[in-house]
Amino acid sequence: MTVAIIKYNAGNVQSVLYALQRLGTNAIVTDQVDEITSADKVIFPGVGNAASAMEYLKEKKLDELIVSLKQPLLGICLGLQLLCKSSEEGNTECLGVFDTVVKKFDDNVFQNKNLVPFKIPHMGWNTITGLSSPLMNGVPENSFLYFVHSYYAELSSETIASTDYITQFSAAIHRNNFYGVQFHTEKSGVTGERILSNFLNIE
Amino acid sequence: MLAKRIIPCLDIKDGRTVKGINFENIRDAGDPVELAMYYSQQGADELVFLDITATVEKRKTLVELVKRVASNINIPFTVGGGISSVENAFELLQNGADKISINTAAFKDPDLIHLMAKEFGSQCVVLAIDTKKESDGDWYVYLNGGRLKTETLAYDWAKKGIDLGCGEILLTSMNNDGTKEGFAEDITSLFSKTLAVPIIASGGAGTMDDFADVFIKANADAALAASVFHFGEIKIPELKRFLSLQNISTRS
Repeated sequence: MTVAIIKYNAGNVQSVLYALQRLGTNAIVTDQVDEITSADKVIFPGVGNAASAMEYLKEKKLDELIVSLKQPLLGICLGLQLLCKSSEEGNTECLGVFDTVVKKFDDNVFQNKNLVPFKIPHMGWNTITGLSSPLMNGVPENSFLYFVHSYYAELSSETIASTDYITQFSAAIHRNNFYGVQFHTEKSGVTGERILSNFLNIE
Repeated sequence: MLAKRIIPCLDIKDGRTVKGINFENIRDAGDPVELAMYYSQQGADELVFLDITATVEKRKTLVELVKRVASNINIPFTVGGGISSVENAFELLQNGADKISINTAAFKDPDLIHLMAKEFGSQCVVLAIDTKKESDGDWYVYLNGGRLKTETLAYDWAKKGIDLGCGEILLTSMNNDGTKEGFAEDITSLFSKTLAVPIIASGGAGTMDDFADVFIKANADAALAASVFHFGEIKIPELKRFLSLQNISTRS
């Protein structure tokens, strides 16, 4: 099986590569159209800014390539957000695979009556619920995954896992061959590895 | 529900852990990677590696270490200690570190915070503040590993750091550090209640109650400790059971 990790300006690819290696899978990191198109699985990671990432993808014509892919593709963190319709981060028009808007967490919301504010970014381990889709095979409800983000995808009919922080949002989404996870599978302990391994096993 | 994080801290010199480490099941107590794997299996939520090496070979050794840690553990980790440029930070992040902690260099050149946040995102930038409560009742910033006092208040510096783009604050109370008498609840509470980024409390952990107090009374988002973990005085699985019995959300 060949796995291609899309190379662009917002990748934090090393950790994803290491996580795949721990699962016994090697991947190539590439921005070459033929290598991405012919791969069995494609991973679209991302840490950074939506606006500059989209600009770069367009410049390299990777935007058209990504939406045309037919094999299973997994967007991680910013990767998930870029697969959505638009993002409030820099009012960016994104790839539009999912008809979902990515919003910024409201600040000045309080966690408790002691007026402790919710912190942004949403950083740390949080639970996922309402799990469906083969991506979540064998993952128990309320499992903890590692999140770091200030923007979130709204809930929709394509939500396959949701998380509560300030509001309920999509922790994972699925449409046809496209999957997206807001948490970092590569940094989420054995649960993260299970989800990554489920992705590799999707036909 | 977002879990409160438990973070063991490893002091590194020339690629090896320093400070005493004493427990079973570790073949080589000096190897940071073995220790990191042990902690991650025990349920640590994150790790911090603090490099105190002073030699010119430092960066090479640190990058090698970061690679080995990243390829062997499946939880996030922060690297800090003498990182003073975007290039330094880039190399460590490229090799698998999740966050970079900056301290003295950021105080001397606050623009470093802004540059790093712009380049890598705020979530990568941890502002470490060493602070001491003086006889006037105020908490001041100390630099150079606590050896150099400044006239700046820790709270003012934290606010400035957040304005410049840091995504998290690692707050170490020098009054409490090493005492094992509990975290500094007053300053931690002030930070947690009024600042918009997550606060990691550090310094003073001695008992499991100290962790409960810093989470419940001081509303810390995370608690960091070294020796109580390294000497096996507190075991992470027990600590988490203890905290969850007190309705503190922890990752199981």
